[in-house]
Amino acid sequence: MIPALPSAWRTRIALGILVALVIGAAVVPALAPTDPRAIGDVIGLRLLPPLTIDGAGHFHLLGTDRFGRDLFARMMLAARVSLLVGALGSLLAGAVGIGVGAVAAWVGGAIDRAAMALGDALLAIPRLVLLLVCAALWRPGATMVVAVLMATGWMGVARLVRADVLGVRGQPYVEAARALGAPSARLLWRHVLPNALGSAVVAITLGVGSAILLESGLSFLGLGIQPPQPSWGNMIADGRDAIVVAPWVALAPGLALVVTVLACTLLGDALRDRLAGEPLTETMRGRA
Amino acid sequence: MRLLVRRVLDAVVLFWIVLTLTFVLLRAAPGDPAALLIAPTASAADAARERAELGLDRPLVVQYAHWAAGVLGGDLGESFAERRPVTALLARALPISLGLGAASLALTFIIGIAVGMAQAARRGTRTDTALTVLTTSVYAAPSYWLALALVAVFTYGAARWAFPGWLRLPAFGVRDPAGSAAGGGALADVTRHAILPVLTLAAIGAAGIARYTRSIVADLLGMEFVRTARAKGASRRAVYARHVLANALPPLVVLFALALPGVLAGSVFVETVFAWPGMGRLMVDAIRARDYPVVMGATAVYAALVIAANLAGDLLLPVLDPRRRS
Repeated sequence: MIPALPSAWRTRIALGILVALVIGAAVVPALAPTDPRAIGDVIGLRLLPPLTIDGAGHFHLLGTDRFGRDLFARMMLAARVSLLVGALGSLLAGAVGIGVGAVAAWVGGAIDRAAMALGDALLAIPRLVLLLVCAALWRPGATMVVAVLMATGWMGVARLVRADVLGVRGQPYVEAARALGAPSARLLWRHVLPNALGSAVVAITLGVGSAILLESGLSFLGLGIQPPQPSWGNMIADGRDAIVVAPWVALAPGLALVVTVLACTLLGDALRDRLAGEPLTETMRGRA
Repeated sequence: MRLLVRRVLDAVVLFWIVLTLTFVLLRAAPGDPAALLIAPTASAADAARERAELGLDRPLVVQYAHWAAGVLGGDLGESFAERRPVTALLARALPISLGLGAASLALTFIIGIAVGMAQAARRGTRTDTALTVLTTSVYAAPSYWLALALVAVFTYGAARWAFPGWLRLPAFGVRDPAGSAAGGGALADVTRHAILPVLTLAAIGAAGIARYTRSIVADLLGMEFVRTARAKGASRRAVYARHVLANALPPLVVLFALALPGVLAGSVFVETVFAWPGMGRLMVDAIRARDYPVVMGATAVYAALVIAANLAGDLLLPVLDPRRRS
């Protein structure tokens, strides 16, 4: 999206940010002088502002929360859950979407119509509302969030794959493989699908960003990842009560969120330039 | 005309599928709403009586038929938790969310189109790059975080940097609890309370629209008819107004319809942060209390708005774009 930069550079920047986050998520909580989940000297350490050195000589880059826990270490611990849930949610939704779209286009008839009608009906409910309904009905937690992201995110990918499969189906090389006697399932798997995944890959990459946003939104409302396990969403919710005295507690985790979603968007846009040319409107859905 | 009837019928069928889907989803889920309504010390018999009173002990098909008959008669049932008609709760919450949504959507498009066109006209310059970085970042921000950032600025920041009186905007609620002003005073009060929530929703929406407008207008500026118009001596302004905007408008109108669900979803968080008793708050509270009739009613309203908006977009497109008339 940044016009002055060629797409190769945008890809490099986005990948750099994501790799740095993954390394940070793996290393920072392990190296922290105290367990980022443990509550220590609450009175002495709570709500320290960013860039403070406490009595024990520990440096707090982003300050501490209302229980005196280091915000940077917690933010990186939360990154593990948020990145994993976002990536897994989008990938699984994409896999379901590819399956449904490919089968619907390949088999056609009543199955196609039923799958598309179900997709349309689910698309007619804002994704957040659908997520809220599902999230509230089952026990909250990371597994539930991933399952719900999968159940509510496949429709867009299914439509894209269906359209691409319909386009590829009539190509001469598919005819040739059919004439050589390849069975129908092998035709779809080996010859049609690999050539019909361009826009799906773009949609799944962009989907990681919106899945992370939605996970954080659910966790913010208390319907997603539950404390003491930190996620960016529940950390922001946690800082909400202190917003008038110590705004950094709520705002710091949001910065990580913005940077991550930005990196996913950059990567998705760069991929779009290379792989597909479908419009932006699909990404307008499912905002948190 | 036949096309119109067909589209409307399709929309009605789609709406009914959505409602049925929600019904099945809610009843298939584990968890007993009756258990949340009775005292923890109540006996099993009490729980059974409560379930019978709510109609939850009847077969699913009977519940569906009963509910469907009610919906067709304009009756969405009674809230489990508040023991009041769902329609009354929705009628109280909907105007608040619609007002918030309409104001935000209007601002979203005014700001978004202006920024996007300005960027397209200065394609490749530093201003363009700076605005792209800004819009992409704002678009990546969750609405509740942006809302909290504004709250921080107008509470913590207002105290710390001694904001002047006129800039001390209220950060919570719809109206001043101490103020008993009526008429013009009340309207001004609500408007002041609405500034921060509307700004939050409009900022994110405008960022998305600006990105989209920039890419459409940039494509149009490279078209031959634009070059022809410039070559025959039309002024820059005339080219933008008569040739570029006229061609950019139809996709933007469709996007207006598609943006509605985003604004509604955003209002769930914004209403939560700013303590506005709208649809979003109603939905979240009802979900926490397993208040099925209210969840169903709110979902139905959301779905109806989305389907109506899509229908309006579909039907408006041929009006705005002669090429789509067939």
